[in-house]
Amino acid sequence: MTKSLALTRRQFIQSAFASAIVARYGIGALHAEEPITVGFLYVGAKDDYGYNQSHAESAKIIGELPYVRLIEEERVPETVEVQKSMQSMIELDGAKVLFPTSYGYYDPHVLAVAEQYPDVTFFHCGGLYEEGQPANVGTYWATVDQAQYVSGVTAAHMTKTGKFGMVSAVPIPDILRAVNSFLLGARTVRPDATMQIIYTGDWNVPVKEAEAVNSLADQGIDVVGCEVDSPKVIVETADKRGLYSCGVYASQAGLGAEGFLVSAIPTWAPICQYFLDKSIAKEPFEHTIIGGMAEGYVGNSEFGPAVSDEAKAAAMAAAEGLKSGTTKIYQGPLKDNEGNVRIADGESYSYGDPFIDGIDWLVEGVTGSSSI
Amino acid sequence: MDAFGARTDGLAGRRRRPFLIRSAANAALAEAILIPIAAVGVAFVLFGLFLAVVGSPPLEVFSSIYRGAFGTWFSWQNTLVRAAPLMLVALCTTIPAQLGLVVIGGDGAVLLGGLMAALCGLVLAGAPAAVGLAVMAACAAVVGAGWIGLVGALRHYRGVNETISSLLFTYLAVSVFRHLVQGPLRDPETQNYPGTYPIDPAFAIGEIPSTNIHWGLAAGIVACIAIWIVIKRTPFGQAMRVVGGNPRAARIAGLPVGLLTVAACALGGAFAGLAGFFEVSAVIGRANSALYAHYGLSAVLVSFVARHNAAAVIPAAIAVGGIRAAGGLVQRAHGLPDATVMVFEGIVFLVVLWSASWYGRTPLSRMAADGK
Amino acid sequence: MESSLTELGWLTVPLAVLSGAIRVGTPFLFVSLGECLTERSGRINISLEGTLVMGAMTGYGTAYLTGSPWLGVLAAACAGALLGGMHSLLCSRPGVDHIAAGIALMLFATGIAFFFGKPLIQPRAPQLPDLPLGFWSDLNVVQANLRINPLFVIGVLVAPVMWWAFNNTRWGLYLRTVGDSAEAARALGLGVNGTRAMATMIGGFFAGIGGAFLSLSYPGIWNEGLSSGQGLMAVVLVIFARWHPVRCLWAALLFGGASALAPALQSVGISSGYHLITAAPYLLTLILMIVTSSPERSLRGAPAELALNRTD
Repeated sequence: MTKSLALTRRQFIQSAFASAIVARYGIGALHAEEPITVGFLYVGAKDDYGYNQSHAESAKIIGELPYVRLIEEERVPETVEVQKSMQSMIELDGAKVLFPTSYGYYDPHVLAVAEQYPDVTFFHCGGLYEEGQPANVGTYWATVDQAQYVSGVTAAHMTKTGKFGMVSAVPIPDILRAVNSFLLGARTVRPDATMQIIYTGDWNVPVKEAEAVNSLADQGIDVVGCEVDSPKVIVETADKRGLYSCGVYASQAGLGAEGFLVSAIPTWAPICQYFLDKSIAKEPFEHTIIGGMAEGYVGNSEFGPAVSDEAKAAAMAAAEGLKSGTTKIYQGPLKDNEGNVRIADGESYSYGDPFIDGIDWLVEGVTGSSSI
Repeated sequence: MDAFGARTDGLAGRRRRPFLIRSAANAALAEAILIPIAAVGVAFVLFGLFLAVVGSPPLEVFSSIYRGAFGTWFSWQNTLVRAAPLMLVALCTTIPAQLGLVVIGGDGAVLLGGLMAALCGLVLAGAPAAVGLAVMAACAAVVGAGWIGLVGALRHYRGVNETISSLLFTYLAVSVFRHLVQGPLRDPETQNYPGTYPIDPAFAIGEIPSTNIHWGLAAGIVACIAIWIVIKRTPFGQAMRVVGGNPRAARIAGLPVGLLTVAACALGGAFAGLAGFFEVSAVIGRANSALYAHYGLSAVLVSFVARHNAAAVIPAAIAVGGIRAAGGLVQRAHGLPDATVMVFEGIVFLVVLWSASWYGRTPLSRMAADGK
Repeated sequence: MESSLTELGWLTVPLAVLSGAIRVGTPFLFVSLGECLTERSGRINISLEGTLVMGAMTGYGTAYLTGSPWLGVLAAACAGALLGGMHSLLCSRPGVDHIAAGIALMLFATGIAFFFGKPLIQPRAPQLPDLPLGFWSDLNVVQANLRINPLFVIGVLVAPVMWWAFNNTRWGLYLRTVGDSAEAARALGLGVNGTRAMATMIGGFFAGIGGAFLSLSYPGIWNEGLSSGQGLMAVVLVIFARWHPVRCLWAALLFGGASALAPALQSVGISSGYHLITAAPYLLTLILMIVTSSPERSLRGAPAELALNRTD
């Protein structure tokens, strides 16, 4: 049987898009003109086993297109420096399409440069576009927390104690939702499951991340999830402590950690491909593309060696439910961890609903606060 | 008086010397110009060797550095935007250095000054732009002045070493800044990228006409020249230099050493605070972690390679800004890591600092000495 | 893997903080021992942050290529000594400021480490083995927290030996003489620059080992965010320890414990004031400096030749 559901689907998407391009423009049409210069900017190292790698992987797919010349810059800070890097790509390398991939690039940096260069299109990862902002800006995001729900289901099958931990960078809605979704997934299997959240205060602080895993281990927690830029250290430290771990953004299966279960990963390439096509054709595009499992933008990595067949089957069923829309992660009755009823009995919310985007509380069973 | 005068001079010992080296003062001036040029030349040779060893063609990389830093009008603007904050923050080291103090904590004043500017921009929303900007700038300068002034006061009245205390002050400023921006002062709208409420858009100071450079550059250049005049031409500057030369003599001469120490540190801190104001008003529009851009230690080195001469801070900052501006192009055009320009910057600083030991020991000064 | 809190009760918390202090504090210990030695010779080397990063990269790379983590430690130490040599070469020139030379070298070393470290972010290097000092207990939490790295043990042994050597060996006497009065040392025929160069190189050697600990033991990876300023902090720590190697050990554990405290507190549900907790060691050091300095004689206990110690 297939080891992974996401990888096969991703491969399918890639080939589907490639053939769509050829069908639309014809291979000859693609080669006829000068290749278009496409720039990717990353806030960290592009082989970080995490967030930046997820974008670099999609850049690689884009860069292999015959009509694309790919340029990349790593470790571009979210300051005026990113404005200068984008301008430099446009002015010195003739870039026509830019993908600034870090959340903090958007306001004011992407907006400022986009206004200055109306002929260049900017596609920012973060889902931040608002009415009235420059027409040459698009934004995208993937609801990775849906895959965290599947990770939660997997983890709940593997845990002995029913106690989970999540090492998180900062208390922001995306992370809070990932914590909630993980626990809600786990609770479909283990209704008594609990979750401890620890913030490290920043996106790449290896010593603090390792220390957080250790203190979780001391609490008797046996599965550690994470929401940081580079999960490598968390997966490896969990392995040293004999814990299970779930990764995020990129597959950590390659690390060879025995306790690694599964990763929640976004697949940006189809979205990038859509924006790129529209830019080349000079057609108007959707300014905001946010999708999840149903759209194929989010999935899970291959499973680690420890995962039982039973857990795999349950995870795949959960993923199918999310994909088809039959499973709702946020449905009542649901209380937050301060006892307030957030979703009444019988109500439920689908992704895309503003309610989901506005979640700034933690569900019942999570220890830790929604701020530091 | 001119080349003729030297040639018609009958004294054998003076005949061999070019006219420029006629006096020790001229020799010192010639050294002050030629030694930095020679040092940068040596740095280029060393960096070229480094590139050759790692298998990159040095001349091609040099040409990219030139193109990225000074090759086009865009590149010049890129360089100057990066140089502007370095000039202002370098003054935070330059001014106390007149008294023989080594202050390395400019970053703290930038952060707190910027935070203060953002708060003023909030409170004054609706006020005329000129009033708002003036108050924001003034408050940022005052906070910066107070922060580094405290370092000076601890130095004089408690004997606390200013280098270490200014470093500690920076760490404290970072923690306080993060706490306030992510906690009590946070705009709930800045969900995923915590920051304060945005300032009134009328308080965006904007750019120098027909450029892409904000007014911080003009402020930096004016400040450097003004401080150069203050140090060289005013009683305050003279008093500072007397204290720096011989504190005991200064005290005997009745100079208020304590007041001068605090004033020099406060003045330096004011300019660092002003750098924070420009970041907030011209670039970010609010206070968030983008303000912590780590200018501080580089700015210290800018001041040192300028030999604490405020006017020389301008070209030194432009040179460092240029190296950084070229970083993106070097990465894209040659596939070199982003740290390449960091290596180059390090080599330049090391060699230029080393060249401090050449002053008064070059053939120029020997010739001048022979003439005596 | 059964719940450990119930078995060990409240003892888990101090145990976790202690082992956290050891894990986080070991790099502090090595860098501060190195800095202590250097400063005792009358010279401040602020570049040890760069040395730490360089040591981490060199150690990781060597361990990955050779398969031997101990060779990695050796390579890291040698890289550190080399950087120390560069620092003393620079500082031995007239007119070169120690602080500026240190900052420039920090920038250079960090740049070199990031440059050559690029291909090392993904690979997994063999790690240093731990000593299972908790073997006597059946409890997983005790065993896990008492897995101590041999480098920490070495550091604990070096501290008193260094203190003893300062006070009881000829070389220690030279070092202190040079650090307290260069003039007196010259009058005695001691080579001031040579002694300082030796002290700076050995200091760099130790700081390099601290870096190797970061990449080869805890957290045991290499990337550009590995050091979050531990090297600069260790310079501060030496002042906190008042130039005494054994006190450096306690100070390193204290600073490490303070860093370990924030996650530990969160894991028992206290999460407010996170950033303020991380500032505590800096504030403590500042208060200590204010208390122990006086306008007449700054920094009691400091080597008199130290650039830090200049008084009006």
